[in-house]
Amino acid sequence: MFRRRAAPAATVTVRLDGEAVAAAAGDSVAAVLLAAGADYRRHGVGGAARAPFCMIGNCHDCLVEVDGVANRQGCLVTVAEGMRIRRMRGKPVLAT
Amino acid sequence: MSDARFIVIGGGVVGAAISYGLARLGHPVTMIDGADDAFRASRANFGLVWVQSKGLGKPDYAAWSRRSAALYEDFRAELEDESGVDCAYHRPGGVTLALSDDELEEQVAILGQIRGEAPAGEFEFEVVERAQLDNMLPGLGPEVVGATYSAHDGETNSLFLLHALHGAFQRRGGAYVQGHHVTGIEAAAGGGYAVSTADGTVHTGDRVVVAAGLGNQELAARVGLEVPVRPVQGQVIVTERADPLLSMPTLNVKQTREGTFMLGASQAEVDYDITTDAAVLKRIAARNLRAFPFLSDLRVVRSWAGLRVMTPDGFPIYDQSPSHPGIFIATGHSGVTTAAAHAYVLADYFSKGEIGAELAGLSSARFHVQA
Repeated sequence: MFRRRAAPAATVTVRLDGEAVAAAAGDSVAAVLLAAGADYRRHGVGGAARAPFCMIGNCHDCLVEVDGVANRQGCLVTVAEGMRIRRMRGKPVLAT
Repeated sequence: MSDARFIVIGGGVVGAAISYGLARLGHPVTMIDGADDAFRASRANFGLVWVQSKGLGKPDYAAWSRRSAALYEDFRAELEDESGVDCAYHRPGGVTLALSDDELEEQVAILGQIRGEAPAGEFEFEVVERAQLDNMLPGLGPEVVGATYSAHDGETNSLFLLHALHGAFQRRGGAYVQGHHVTGIEAAAGGGYAVSTADGTVHTGDRVVVAAGLGNQELAARVGLEVPVRPVQGQVIVTERADPLLSMPTLNVKQTREGTFMLGASQAEVDYDITTDAAVLKRIAARNLRAFPFLSDLRVVRSWAGLRVMTPDGFPIYDQSPSHPGIFIATGHSGVTTAAAHAYVLADYFSKGEIGAELAGLSSARFHVQA
């Protein structure tokens, strides 16, 4: 659905649901997920498919797990080498 | 007479439950609600349907709470049927956690006294040792020594409950008037009563129910009833959602069906102030993190303060005006717990024109100065 307008000058490698994915340095986590294709996340109540609307930190529809922390706003987190990103399928499971 | 026309002043969970109950009996009812910025305990509370600690030294109130809790499942089903709104009530029982042996001892003493004041077999609770508690609730902190458990207890979503009551009331033909501040109640020329509002509207009815929360003191005084209510502030914290962990509510921490955790509870005498306070919220968080350390992995998404409607002894007031027969008062804390009894029992008393003997101990006469 989305494609890059130009090849990135520099890339970093992140793990998206365990798989190595190349991202442009400076990308937001949300942009990496959108570039990787459909099925961004499933809502925690009802399980509906959701994706970012605003990309500027307002809508909270870009929630994603980053380095083990659930419900991060993907549009506000910049990728870093080796970052572990997981799509959220429902609500986070707490460790007790 | 089921054709008596009622005016109910107050559209919170107390006024709406009574209005619904009256409409259900066939009465024409007008429910007059305040403005959106009124102080509303109905929209700020924790949503417990709670019995275990209620009515120490006042067995009539303990029995009333139990009666309401026992009616609640039918109440929920009927409201859902009539309004299409599921208020998320369930009754898995509830626990009060103790963080020290002293706390547990004190709780057990209080519940033991409530049991002793109740007719045999009507109120039961269990003292749960820590090992057994771990099978009931996950992730308890090391300081939790045990708990009291009562099968009478449950929880609901009080916002959905209020919504369901309003929907069911209107479906039964009840008239809802919103955004009106009641300024007067007086005998009408042709019999019955005239209730006037700030914008000059006058509603007339055969009977009146005053259920205006913190506004009750002033309104009740106009019809010769002494109803000393004052605001007691409570603050609540809500976290982001997580997968279900808590299958039953505790007194100060519960998980909603949608997955958020609600954390309470504070009590402060700060008059009409509904601003939150970082020091109070910090105490609420700290106490509940000792009970459930895993909560530290969750972010807080909201916090708020609300005002409880508190009488001097903490118990509700149900009464009929001696000078203006047919004007009734219903007020007090715990309007969510008592909602089923308000809809099914209290409304029936108001319909018959006389409050039943089971509520005699909850009349306002208990606050009269003893001569």
